[in-house]
Amino acid sequence: MENNVVLTMRGISMTFPGVKALDNVDFTLRKGEIHALMGENGAGKSTLIKCLTGINAFEAGEIHVDGIDGAVVNHSTLDAQKKGISTVYQEVNLCPNLSVAENLFIGREPVTRFGAIDWKTMVKKSQKIVNDLDMKVDVTQNLEEYSLAMQQMIAIARAVDMDCKVLILDEPTSSLDDNEVEKLFGLMRRLRDQGVGIIFVTHFLEQVYAVCDRITVLRNGQLVGEYPIAELPRVKLVAAMMGKDFDDLAAIKTDETKDFTNAPIEIEAKGLSHAGTIKPFDLVIHKGEVVGLTGLLGSGRSELARVIYGADKAQTGTLKVNGKEAKINAPIDAMQLGMGLLPDDRKAEGIIEDLSIRENIILALQAKRGMFRLLSMSEQNRIADEYIKVLQVKTPSRETLIKQLSGGNQQKVILGRWLATNPDFLILDEPTRGIDVGTKTEIQKLVLQLAEEGKSIIFISSEIEEMLRTCSKMEVLRDGAKVGEITENLTQENVMKAIAGGGSNE
Amino acid sequence: MSNIKKLTSKRLFLPIFCMILVMMVNIVYDVANGNFALNFFTISIRNGVLYGRLIDVLNRGSEVAILAIGMTLVVSASAGTDISVGSVMSLSACMCCMLLAGYGVSSTNDLAVPLIVGILGGLAIACVCGTFNGFLVAYLGVQPMVATLILYSAARAIGLLLCNNLIVYVRNDAYKIFGSYLGFIPTPIVIAAICILIMALLLKFTALGLYVQSVGINKKASRIAGLNSSRIILICYIICGLCAGIAGIVSSSRIYSADSNNIGLNYEMDAILAVALGGNSLGGGKFSLAGSIIGAYTIQAITTTMYAMGVSTSVAPVFKAIIVIIIVAIQAPPFREYLRKRSVQRATVAKGVH
Repeated sequence: MENNVVLTMRGISMTFPGVKALDNVDFTLRKGEIHALMGENGAGKSTLIKCLTGINAFEAGEIHVDGIDGAVVNHSTLDAQKKGISTVYQEVNLCPNLSVAENLFIGREPVTRFGAIDWKTMVKKSQKIVNDLDMKVDVTQNLEEYSLAMQQMIAIARAVDMDCKVLILDEPTSSLDDNEVEKLFGLMRRLRDQGVGIIFVTHFLEQVYAVCDRITVLRNGQLVGEYPIAELPRVKLVAAMMGKDFDDLAAIKTDETKDFTNAPIEIEAKGLSHAGTIKPFDLVIHKGEVVGLTGLLGSGRSELARVIYGADKAQTGTLKVNGKEAKINAPIDAMQLGMGLLPDDRKAEGIIEDLSIRENIILALQAKRGMFRLLSMSEQNRIADEYIKVLQVKTPSRETLIKQLSGGNQQKVILGRWLATNPDFLILDEPTRGIDVGTKTEIQKLVLQLAEEGKSIIFISSEIEEMLRTCSKMEVLRDGAKVGEITENLTQENVMKAIAGGGSNE
Repeated sequence: MSNIKKLTSKRLFLPIFCMILVMMVNIVYDVANGNFALNFFTISIRNGVLYGRLIDVLNRGSEVAILAIGMTLVVSASAGTDISVGSVMSLSACMCCMLLAGYGVSSTNDLAVPLIVGILGGLAIACVCGTFNGFLVAYLGVQPMVATLILYSAARAIGLLLCNNLIVYVRNDAYKIFGSYLGFIPTPIVIAAICILIMALLLKFTALGLYVQSVGINKKASRIAGLNSSRIILICYIICGLCAGIAGIVSSSRIYSADSNNIGLNYEMDAILAVALGGNSLGGGKFSLAGSIIGAYTIQAITTTMYAMGVSTSVAPVFKAIIVIIIVAIQAPPFREYLRKRSVQRATVAKGVH
């Protein structure tokens, strides 16, 4: 092992049923560095961390920790802590109704000769810990008296005091404001200078460049590479996370985009927002236009669409549909205005798993008609058969339960559900996820055909090529805000630059 | 073989099978005692009304059957049970009798208000109870069991308050009719049949069934597809309350009084059991109304059978419990899985594969 290396993971592999979650991943952490672990959702970041801390068992590979002979296999987080690996999560896992000192020493309280807790020593030691880290805390106060950021820092202090060589911070900044983030970074830098190796998991690009020394990128459970921060500017980081080789991004020729400026306006949003998910945004969609929402996962691209549809109720702003102001309190209101939403989480928000294909297809149309205007059975059968045929759903019969279909066919059924309502404006959130290539092309063609018929469409996809092929304009989102709009020169390079955003590292 | 398989895979197979099982026990018992084998099914006319064990099952099972209608919807939509129905039965009976007799009157032969006012009053307060339960569950997200626990303990007491701590007797022929005979048919049978018919028609000619099942299976997805999930759950609880109200009035009319402490006592358990015996998952989702109704009458058939066999009232629940355990175990997925594996094993052995 190199001198200054505290942790090496070599060839780590692990499989969840049906998915290769990690495939031969290497990871190296040195003493006194802050190392960012980057990747989109599902890239394998959390799984790798969980293999390290003993929550998941890995199938192949070795982990070595400085100062311990032989390979290390942890069976629980407690196991990992004993070997100097501590984790602090997004939510503070401490007890708010206990004092700071109690929280720092919970489970390892100093005891007197008689076995009682030695409160004096505990308070003295605690105060020393926080003072050493320059934190202004009275350790006899209850934890809940302090801000979330301070609580997080106390959690870190606890971890560090337990002889920690490797500190894992899993999305620690998600619920902090800018000021608090800065304080946390101060603490991280101090710990780094003391020689602690820190693994920093986050999806905020700015923060990576503000505090990290090195970046390891994962994609689809595989290692993309390890880079010193100076050698990986933002755009290249985004390219690495998305799996596009930036140098190869010779401009893909786009078809000449249609001009929609004179087309009638279908949707006009002004200042719509939903606290915690999407900051106020403006958006105009014309009739027959396909608008792409792009950004990394978690950038707010789904959330923006959900606010328009009323799946998350808009808390500010106004929405005009066909020029008329619309009040949308729930999805049914949006549906009555001719909208439809194909959600990205098919299992949680799309399929009604124990119902048949027929029932799944007619559900939205029936909801729109109301409870007392039941579609006759022959009508239901006709509609179900029509969309099974149009969308080429592979199923033995229309009465088959939807849960028995493959993911792609389930997606087609849900698409059929919305087409059956004959919408004017359709939001498709990741319509092609987990679908084979042939079906993907069919769905893209369908989108263009629907637009041709004068329907407006919001198209959200992780695959930029797919969006370039279908969209006439792209809205760019980052960290829960709409940050730009690309109407001309729709190329992969431009889109990725916009996703990565400006900043000193460009 | 394949025919048997087809039959056993049908949803209603087990509830019907259980029902038949109970009937078989009756036949065997009668034969063993030297009675006419089909005693259970014999229907005669005595004193100008229908008489027989089967009639008794249908008559006495009416309340549970009516309760099972509402309970089925509640279980399906909210994956929880309404344990307040027994108490709500009592409250609705008290309300009805109090209105008919006048507040503070303990016994009357003449009605203080028109009959319909009393009935509607009783049903109205039952609906209010259902609304209260439904609001807690659907809009405040309280666990169904906890939400309905409130009225489980309170409704009976409210009824007692309404009756000024008295057992109110309404010895009026017009009121007695709901618990006695309509012509030669016991009225409760007619009332239960009407309730079942109305619900069956609702399920057939409106989208209620689709909505309820959809919400019960996936609340979030149903909302995205345009259903008002909370309102649908609320409606189910209101219907359940209404059913409890009807059952309460039938129950009270049988004894032409409002005995707050005894009307509907432990009926919530029978109603839940009826739903479970009907092959419906208590985890919500798909439901079969027919299954629940068969389940309700099966419970009554068990009780009637035991009385016919001379099991004393006080120990009857023990035997009932044993029978229920067996029936529920037969329906449990692990048991069915076990049977399936065994039949596969036998098949392989039979083929000579060792």
